[in-house]
Amino acid sequence: MEGHLNLTLKIWRQKNAQTAGKFETYQVSGISTDMSFLEMIDVLNNRLIEEGDDPVAFDHDCREGICGMCSMYINGRPHGPNRGVTTCQLHMRSFKDGETITVEPWRASAFPVIKDLVVNRSAFDRIIAAGGFISVNTGNAQDANNLPINKDNADDAFAAAACIGCGACVAACKNASAMLFTSAKISQLALLPQGQIEAATRAQAMVAQMDEEGFGACSNTGACEAECPKGISIENIARMNREYFSATFSSK
Amino acid sequence: MAWLTKSLNSSLGKKLLMAITGLFLISFLIVHCGLNATIFLNDGGVAFNEGAEFMGTNPIIRVMEIVLFAGLLLHIFDGLRLWLDNKKKRPVSYAVVDGAANSKWYSRSMGLLGTLLLLFLIIHLKHFWYFSRLTNDLTEAHTLYNEMQIVFESPIVVIIYVLGCISLGYHLLHGFQSAFQSLGWNHPKYSPTIKSIGAIYAVVISATFASMPIAFYFHLIH
Repeated sequence: MEGHLNLTLKIWRQKNAQTAGKFETYQVSGISTDMSFLEMIDVLNNRLIEEGDDPVAFDHDCREGICGMCSMYINGRPHGPNRGVTTCQLHMRSFKDGETITVEPWRASAFPVIKDLVVNRSAFDRIIAAGGFISVNTGNAQDANNLPINKDNADDAFAAAACIGCGACVAACKNASAMLFTSAKISQLALLPQGQIEAATRAQAMVAQMDEEGFGACSNTGACEAECPKGISIENIARMNREYFSATFSSK
Repeated sequence: MAWLTKSLNSSLGKKLLMAITGLFLISFLIVHCGLNATIFLNDGGVAFNEGAEFMGTNPIIRVMEIVLFAGLLLHIFDGLRLWLDNKKKRPVSYAVVDGAANSKWYSRSMGLLGTLLLLFLIIHLKHFWYFSRLTNDLTEAHTLYNEMQIVFESPIVVIIYVLGCISLGYHLLHGFQSAFQSLGWNHPKYSPTIKSIGAIYAVVISATFASMPIAFYFHLIH
């Protein structure tokens, strides 16, 4: 049933990457419990614009949980208190009337703040560009069962490919590590026959790029897996380790 | 060999080194704990002293002692290196962090637990390793068992040892299964078993070690 909330928002405001940011406190009232978290910020922004203030900058695109753009760190967790959802799929019924909500951008040296809650995640693009591709022509869609792929492997590859590159894994990790992301992008190809051609160089190239971008190492806390809106498993990180070390010893 | 050093200096390589040295130290703890547990035979330390004598004189064991220190130092060095690297990766920290929502506190505190263990280890080595290896105080009349009896007369020492064992238990609880993950050993068939063995190992080893100073202090063994 629809209710209405009065909330106190502590939102990180930062003009650009060069200036230091700080928290600003805002009161919002009459927030419908059916609103998504982003719609709640929209309500705040409408008011800020009417008052002649600078609206809160935040990333968003599809608003249906598949694009990976929305990236808020809400009350100490990426994408807020619920598991398996992005911020656009987080609804205000998850909060209590009178609650104070702290909203921060992803914090990582590899994800510099562009403005307010918007961070630059192009480091992810460069990791993919380093090796997250195959160079065989896959042709048109094949008839079913034409490709020599085991069903379990196809499922695992598909599960890894569900990664939307939102960066929640980096945001959740105490080391700001991009292992879950990188391992998902390696796994989705390593599990398929088409991915074998570059298998030896892919893991090495992508891990090298990941390190160069300034992401941390893995402490195996499992925080990334718990916070991933797409439920990417840390089994992928173990697979990346295998791919990387076997490439270390077998590559020329 | 540049390929090997490059690989071992990567974020994954550092963790591989951590896992290999960690598992080596885990294997050592089984020997250490098993040998020390002979005090519970309540034979006045006869079996324990025989074991200690063997460990102190057998040439293969003496060589392994050097390997053990090398492994320990590598584990410490690598852990320190990882900690220094990792803390640079988030220059602006979060105002609010709800870590408990997604991970165990001890998995996030391996550096802290390791540091506590190192402090404990310095005290522990001073007590027994220094006594038996670097002084001439170890005699037929004053055995390592006697030294344990003397050292564990102090309640403060007993408390330090128990706290050290608690740190060890949590360090192992995460470290055991984490080592396998770093080595790439995550498999639906084996991982649940590895996790269970790790948990049992952590509890049994730390509880057995902790019971030793307590048993001496309360004169439960003679």
